[in-house]
Amino acid sequence: MTRITFSFVTAALLAAGTAQAGPQTFDLTIKDHRFQPEAVTIPAREKVKLMVHNQDATPEEFESYELNREKIIPGNSKAVIFVGPLEPGEYPFFGEFNQATAQGRVIAE
Amino acid sequence: MFSTAIIVFREVLEAALVVAVVLAATQGLAGRSRWIIGGIAGGLLGSFVVAGLTQEISMAFEGVGQELFNAAILLTAVAMLAWHNIWMSRHASQLVAHLRQVGSNVSSGQLPIYFLATAVGLAVLREGSEVVLFTQGMAAGGSDNLSLLWGGVIGLGAGLVLGALIYFGLVRIPTRHLFTVTGWLILLLAAGMAASAAGFLAQAGWLPVQNPLWNSSDLLSQHSVPGEILHVLVGYQDRPTAIQLAFYLTTLVLIAVGMALSRQRAPAFHR
Repeated sequence: MTRITFSFVTAALLAAGTAQAGPQTFDLTIKDHRFQPEAVTIPAREKVKLMVHNQDATPEEFESYELNREKIIPGNSKAVIFVGPLEPGEYPFFGEFNQATAQGRVIAE
Repeated sequence: MFSTAIIVFREVLEAALVVAVVLAATQGLAGRSRWIIGGIAGGLLGSFVVAGLTQEISMAFEGVGQELFNAAILLTAVAMLAWHNIWMSRHASQLVAHLRQVGSNVSSGQLPIYFLATAVGLAVLREGSEVVLFTQGMAAGGSDNLSLLWGGVIGLGAGLVLGALIYFGLVRIPTRHLFTVTGWLILLLAAGMAASAAGFLAQAGWLPVQNPLWNSSDLLSQHSVPGEILHVLVGYQDRPTAIQLAFYLTTLVLIAVGMALSRQRAPAFHR
């Protein structure tokens, strides 16, 4: 039963995935309480998906006042953050739990 | 230690302010401590559960589970606060009369305090789970446990002190005005929570993403201590979107209308 449900869900997700291309994905890694890369360039006026991989054992809170985003990413896991459509410009973000080192920015152009 | 204290302080402050307003709003009601302590305890317990389930919550709903979870918690709290206010507007005069005449406590059966207890529990849950995650992470990351502990204690203490100041400020208001003031505060608190919920729904992609209507962060940053106090108490945001403003105003108007309708149907000796 579980397996049937599971494969059904998988099939549904796959179908959903192919039906619409969805927003472009940009990868961002957190390691040693730093973002890599520290500057993510994305297309302006377009909704994009940031896939944030937290490779530290500790959780981090991705926060940006300019982007109006806040999201906790547990240790050794990843999280999806949708951003935009943005006007061209620079939008700083930081890791609230390690603000001294975890600094980055989204550049929309 | 200092950065730990600041983070813990921020989270504690939000919950402490909600508790302070609720405590003031239930001034003189028998059994209120039991209900509110119950709400806080439930929220703390829930914090550990939510912190443990962060990964699952986060990846639910195609990666926007955390946003939807936050929005759901906030909107539930809004409903609880709205219900309380609507109930109070019908019964406040009776309560005040009773408090002034008898000078003693009104039995908790006369005020369904569980709405407020639930709202308190949800506020504690939302902020508490962040504190749990943060401190667990710091401890796991090899931070000095003693400095972490001190940071936590200082942050917690500072948040509680500010909450207590607001509470003692509120209860100095004479009884006949107290419920009016706390009624307004709860109204604004609820409207602010609705606006925050709209923010999370936009982040989840369930509401359109918009540019802010204005940016008053230079004037009063939402992340400064006064800005944060105003954010919780009256829903101040330094970069609100049109949808957030619409959520704020709609909640304000809906609850106010509910209160007015409820007051009209109040018992005759009311006025």
